[in-house]
Amino acid sequence: MGKHDKYDAIVAGAGHNGLTTACYLAKAGLKTLVIEKNDMIGGAAISRELYEGWTYSNCSYVCSLLRQEVIRDLELPRFGLQVVPYQGSVSFHEDGGYFSSYDDHHAFRREVARFSEKDVDAYDRYSQLVMRQCRFIRPFLLRTAPDPTTLRPRDIGELIFLAKRIHDLGQKEVGEMVRFWTMSVGDFLDEHFETPIIKAAMAGSGIIGTGLGVYSPGTAYVLLHHYMGDVDGSIGAWGFARGAMGAITKALGAAFKEAGGEITMGSGVNEFLIKNGKVSGVALDNGDEYHAPIIASNMDVKRTVLKHIGREKLPADYVRSVERFKIRGSSGKLNIALDSLPKFPALPNDNLMFSGDMSCSSSLQNLEMAYDDWKDGRFSKKPFFDMLIPSRIDPTLAPPGKHMMSVFTQYCPYDLNVDGVRSPDNWNEATKKAFADSVYDRLEIVCPDIRDRVLHAEVRTPLDIENEVGLTEGNIFQGELTFDQLLFNRPVPGYAQYNTPIDGLFIVGSSTHPGGGVMAAPGANAAREILRRIGKGKSMPDFNPKIAA
Amino acid sequence: MRKPAKKTEKRFTPQKTQTTPFHPRTNQFNLMQNWDDWAGYLAANVYESFEKEYFAIRNQSTLLDISPMCKYRIKGPDARKVLDRVVIRNVKKIRTGRVGYTLWCDEEGMTIDDGTIFRFGKQDFMLLCAEHMYSWLQDAAWGYDVEVIDESHNICGLALQGPTSYSVIKEAGFKGVETMKPFDLREVEPGLWLSRTGYTGDLGYEFLTENKNALKLWDRLWKAGRQNWGLIPIGLEALELVRLETGFIAPGVDFQAAHAVSRVGRGRTPFELGFGKLVDFNKGHFNGRRALLEHQKNGKRYNLVKLDIEDKYPADSSYVYVGKEKHIGFVTSAAWSPTTKRNIALAELEAPYGDTIRDGIWVEVYVDKEGKWYRINAKATVVDGSFFSNPRTRQTPPGPF
Repeated sequence: MGKHDKYDAIVAGAGHNGLTTACYLAKAGLKTLVIEKNDMIGGAAISRELYEGWTYSNCSYVCSLLRQEVIRDLELPRFGLQVVPYQGSVSFHEDGGYFSSYDDHHAFRREVARFSEKDVDAYDRYSQLVMRQCRFIRPFLLRTAPDPTTLRPRDIGELIFLAKRIHDLGQKEVGEMVRFWTMSVGDFLDEHFETPIIKAAMAGSGIIGTGLGVYSPGTAYVLLHHYMGDVDGSIGAWGFARGAMGAITKALGAAFKEAGGEITMGSGVNEFLIKNGKVSGVALDNGDEYHAPIIASNMDVKRTVLKHIGREKLPADYVRSVERFKIRGSSGKLNIALDSLPKFPALPNDNLMFSGDMSCSSSLQNLEMAYDDWKDGRFSKKPFFDMLIPSRIDPTLAPPGKHMMSVFTQYCPYDLNVDGVRSPDNWNEATKKAFADSVYDRLEIVCPDIRDRVLHAEVRTPLDIENEVGLTEGNIFQGELTFDQLLFNRPVPGYAQYNTPIDGLFIVGSSTHPGGGVMAAPGANAAREILRRIGKGKSMPDFNPKIAA
Repeated sequence: MRKPAKKTEKRFTPQKTQTTPFHPRTNQFNLMQNWDDWAGYLAANVYESFEKEYFAIRNQSTLLDISPMCKYRIKGPDARKVLDRVVIRNVKKIRTGRVGYTLWCDEEGMTIDDGTIFRFGKQDFMLLCAEHMYSWLQDAAWGYDVEVIDESHNICGLALQGPTSYSVIKEAGFKGVETMKPFDLREVEPGLWLSRTGYTGDLGYEFLTENKNALKLWDRLWKAGRQNWGLIPIGLEALELVRLETGFIAPGVDFQAAHAVSRVGRGRTPFELGFGKLVDFNKGHFNGRRALLEHQKNGKRYNLVKLDIEDKYPADSSYVYVGKEKHIGFVTSAAWSPTTKRNIALAELEAPYGDTIRDGIWVEVYVDKEGKWYRINAKATVVDGSFFSNPRTRQTPPGPF
């Protein structure tokens, strides 16, 4: 017989969203417990020393979407969080050339002009369009999605807000908006640019974490999702958390503890205890039971509902909706400890670009082919990678002169196809090595000596991510970011306000609006909904800007 | 005194902005070719990118050419006495091998400038500051056994600042630096003075040496720091933000140097600038003592305070109000602080606002959104201490990063 304790609220899962919800509940005066199955908090925002002297961001690896409002309100810098933006990015061509991006507008124009005079101005027009759509969407990030089917004053208010913003856009931009939310990133880029490598460089953001190809409808929105973030108001900028991504959840954890919260680690939720349609507590794998009238699940909706609640306790419609929620794994990762900086023959020495994103895709067709492999359940023969060397900027990650490399790759399936049979069980040491080799082969195009520099490498397939973090099928967004599962459809229609058919049970992770990325918006929005329901809504800060963006 | 140009040299052109001894390097790295004029010298505003430079100060390490600082050597048996006559704090308490921050005033108790006193030896000091102070020091030295030398143009300075700055120094082969505490000063190598000081609020050091050693010093630090510790050069724009994050005040911005203004009543006492604790009335006479005693009795007229302002828009040039709409002052410096994720400012308020009355203060912020202006009334909280504070700044021996 394990422990039995009573709380006002329990959060299942210590990811960044769960911890954000927990912080706000604790600050509102609720006696709050966070339960984490692993021996460390963080979920997919963690720092791990997998090789002595090196710190790995072994899941999520960059930070942009993390809401500045939340960082400030929870005083995360006081708890050690420091976000350092990086600049520049470079896309290598197989033939030895490259196209790079600079933050400085003039430098960027000069770079584009190396390829095409026409694309120089095209970029400015493209950029204006993307920024307009970003500005439209950004205010919705820290608001609950309205339920269009109710007549509750708050939902009507939110719908009016949405309608007013759409009205303010004007006819032309509303047309663009609908196109943006439904088009493929490939078609969209083809409309603007003529240079293949420039299109390929920009398309990466449209497929990261997504089981779609550059020519699949819906990928234009995914690109937008990656542009919505900002670092200190610089929209679209990306940064590192100093000390790797775990610094974010460490700071959240410390803020939570200061607010009086408790965390228990090492055993996860086995079952949500439900009586007469109302949640009453959780039973852990180790036999402990904790009771509370409010339970917030940071697990994705599929895992929460299908693994930890008996379906006899739920409406059949709801279960079906959850079952069809798309959460396919499509991303893999290599985390590499390097004994020195590899050589990049194409790049000038000590260039700014060493500090930014690097990829190697010379055309949209190449990216589409990488997707074709995945459709068949195979990892891409020529994968897209988003590679960074964060130790070029963050001195805390590796010993002096040594480096940490993070190689995010697209596409890598969850249910690997071996001899016509698709199953996660097909992942083993041999297939993982083959996957890693496909990535190294691509890396060798840009740094031929990469294999000789490796001291240690961690190979991550979607299955590994599911097993370690708990993300169903290893989907990094806790559910794909396509229009059919966004806003009031996320995670499922009718339950898009962080609620479930079970009284007192809430979903607070990235399965909910506004979706994935280390954003903390779902966690903060969910806290607001929970607190409103118990009459403490006033204890949440007002995140609405005084000036409409 | 600048020596007259020799016939073989190029004719000296007074209109031409001077270059510091580090110019061959600062020029090479200044991709933006974005220069400012600092005390008559070319000083880089931005080398490559403001953000990159700002974040390097808070994350890696940075080089800033501080050669344009005014540097006055005060030497001789009465050197300490002369400085004590000039500045408000007790110079006796600045021991040999230490650096002390101070302000100094005119006879009316109005602040002329702030700066740092470097004590090389018992009878050997250097005053580093922004304003030209040679004749003021000469006046104070009259009748004393002391020599005041303007070394502004002979001695160059290089600030090495940021969390990895200690690692850079160690890697560059300087010995014994691990025991240096904040404000310690040492001749680390013959003719090369190193102090653990700076204007960034982060871990950092400053070098002083003769002009002829400049490039050798730069190259040595560059070699040690560039690849392994993220060392880059930074310009004045990044410096401006970190000094505000630390809460350091700037003459001509947050207060008016009493010698530099023509309008009466622009001067401020050290009490009003928040440095009352530095004033030592027990050390004997010093410039402005009598007036400052009077000010102490009558109370402050103004308070220079730190404000944490809601929302994200910097409160540049803003008025400060209290209650319904009572105007009580204005913002002198403002910025969004990326490291502390706060909207920060220095503001001068009429006393007792900001001191005993702190509630209900707000700032009128103007925001330009692509040609359309908005006005927001943003709540402001008075902050004590530095906006940015990190234990690594004070830790001895310092950490590697």
